[in-house]
Amino acid sequence: MAFQINTVKYSGKINETPLGVKKVLVGGQGAYNFHDFEGTLPHKPKLALQVWDMNPGESYDGPLAEAFSGVLDDPGAWAKKAVEYGADVISLHLKSSDPNDNNTGPAEAVATTRKVLEAVDVPVIVFGVDNVDKDKDTLAAVAEAFANKHLMLGPVTDKNYKAIGAQALAYGHSVIARSPIDVNLAKQLNILLMDLGIKPENILIDPSTGGLGYGMEYCYSVMERIQMAALVQQDDKLQQPIVNIVGEEIWKSKEAGQPTSEHPTLGDRVCRGVLMEVTEAVALLSAGSSLVVLAHPASLKLVREYIDLVTDGGEAKAEGQPDVPITPLA
Amino acid sequence: MALTGIQIFKLLPGSNCKKCGSPTCLAFAMNLASGKAELDACPDVKPESREKLSAASAPPIRPVVVGYGDTAVKVGGETVQFRHEKTFFNPTGLAALIEDSKSDEEISALVKRYQKLQYARVGLNLRPELVVVKGGARLAAAAKAVVDNSDLSVVLYSEDPAALKAAAEALAGKNPLIGPATKANFAAVAEVAVAAKVPVWLKAANLDEVAELTKALSDAGVKDLVIDTGARTPKQALQDSIALRRAALVGQNRDYGYGTIAFPAEITANLALQTAVAASLIAKYAGIVVLSDFDGATVFPLLLERLNIFTDPQRPMTVVEGIYPIGNPDENSPVLVTTNFSLTYFIVSGEVEGSRVPCWLLIKDSEGLSVMTAWAAGKFSGDDVGIFVGKKSGIVDKIKHKSVIIPGYAAAIMGDMEEELSGWKVAIGPREAAHLPKFLKEFKVA
Repeated sequence: MAFQINTVKYSGKINETPLGVKKVLVGGQGAYNFHDFEGTLPHKPKLALQVWDMNPGESYDGPLAEAFSGVLDDPGAWAKKAVEYGADVISLHLKSSDPNDNNTGPAEAVATTRKVLEAVDVPVIVFGVDNVDKDKDTLAAVAEAFANKHLMLGPVTDKNYKAIGAQALAYGHSVIARSPIDVNLAKQLNILLMDLGIKPENILIDPSTGGLGYGMEYCYSVMERIQMAALVQQDDKLQQPIVNIVGEEIWKSKEAGQPTSEHPTLGDRVCRGVLMEVTEAVALLSAGSSLVVLAHPASLKLVREYIDLVTDGGEAKAEGQPDVPITPLA
Repeated sequence: MALTGIQIFKLLPGSNCKKCGSPTCLAFAMNLASGKAELDACPDVKPESREKLSAASAPPIRPVVVGYGDTAVKVGGETVQFRHEKTFFNPTGLAALIEDSKSDEEISALVKRYQKLQYARVGLNLRPELVVVKGGARLAAAAKAVVDNSDLSVVLYSEDPAALKAAAEALAGKNPLIGPATKANFAAVAEVAVAAKVPVWLKAANLDEVAELTKALSDAGVKDLVIDTGARTPKQALQDSIALRRAALVGQNRDYGYGTIAFPAEITANLALQTAVAASLIAKYAGIVVLSDFDGATVFPLLLERLNIFTDPQRPMTVVEGIYPIGNPDENSPVLVTTNFSLTYFIVSGEVEGSRVPCWLLIKDSEGLSVMTAWAAGKFSGDDVGIFVGKKSGIVDKIKHKSVIIPGYAAAIMGDMEEELSGWKVAIGPREAAHLPKFLKEFKVA
């Protein structure tokens, strides 16, 4: 008797969500990610690279600065470079607007967003700094300045969803709804946004991504529970595609920054950071992510190769992937 | 398959004798069903009932120990498909593949390097555990070189039963996992395994053949098995891994009720891509993943992932209460206090280290709660934290000032703390750890 896999019956489906003016589709899953033996998965997960609105300075020393050398002072050039590296989506982070940093205002945010939109034609995420009041001001201004450019504005939380949500609705943008690693809070925020009149397919879920070794498991399990509710229990308040901000979490960690010379057992610094990013991305993709925001182009290339292999099948080819230099340990 | 309390009750004597400690047989049956009691507590259960009950209570995926000492790995023994349903119990073993065509000197150098790949993380030591020794002619000598030069445990990889026999004998007491048992050689491999009392891994051409081989090996007396489905593409390896877990847990098919070994090393030669494949298989059920080599850049990310995925979601991870010096602090260095939730500790200590300001970090037991929850639950109150800083922790013997920084989210405890700590200056730190470096660079102790 031939082996039959015990399949899961999926009664729900993740919304097929169009991003940007070109309407790049994410989501649409009729099964858990990569489970195409028991359901349809119309779109491969998409990969974004992050762009800062200012030179990241110390935050980008080493591997990231090398990858984006020459463009870190110019968000437009940086975004263009990221698209050349293969990014499906650009995630613009308005770091300079942080009141704990330069505290730049809405006008600057609009100017930076314009630079990026003029430089690239892929969908653009505009991320605030997770400061409820400040993001309300900057994102509202950005929404208004770029009517019908179909940006994705985030993070929108239960504290500022009304202001940002109303602007997104008025000017034709999507929102990225961030809740603190909790299924019920994610659902509640979606309900609030839909009550405002935002269409379900104009919402993405940001479950709050923890770093690898820094609480990734909480986010991982919340995502699996969201996917289960959406796909198996047909909960239409959780059928939004999930976006994970991975790159930032990885590269700010202590371990990604430690030089090989001081910590030879951690291996080559560039490879280590990239593989930390890849490892977390692959784990979160298997938990249901539809869109992963990365920082390093080598990570993007490797995660893309993995997605292609696990979707299309076939033998693994390693062309263009980094050689891992083996660090000798005396 | 698991029985319900009622089904178990029907197999018990029904005398309500209380010898088991439960008031009635029904209560005992309910406890058995929920795993709160052991059948041995009932002195009067009939042998045939006992047999039925113990068969029913056998784990759906058989746990198998591979290796010895500190690097022994348990494969299998899982009870759920998703970690939030309960927990995953047995972290995926990480293995590097070494061909026996290498000389003893080369092998010695390799495993000595692998031995150094160990990482301390709050009371845990993260490290890869295994070496797969592959070949034939020199299998025993190569395997011996591994255990003589490291404490790594060994998986033997040869289709030649004679080579496996010699190597298993050379590794007596080290409990190597031997294989692959295939359709062609399983009888002879079983014989070696029974004689050496070691577990066996089998390699099948597909999932149908997996069941044929587990049955055949089990009939030949080998119960401790690990499955290689033969998949050598990323897609098939992931699909087989999911299929096996479901066959054992959903289909309750004993022929598939074993842990697995997967070979990213034989899927691609590229170590970076192997790492990506391994990352998916650690999340999705592999018992052992085999890479072509170990280096910190590949192993460390996978160890972190494994730590995360196999953390018990039912229990918060905690750090031991006490003083944690960061960056060689001295008697004039700032003192910070926070809760013992391990994530809180990781993030705060990471940021403090990143600030390059030497500090004393005090961790106060808050029953594993984060700052805001601990404060709300009264586990991080001003009195408690004050007593901890001023008396219990012993920090006063290490510093010459009287300043302490509390988390921004616990700002409300400042008053009570200052009352408890007379003469101290209690400073309110930032709410988010990310703002600590800036705060510390500007902070002056009083």
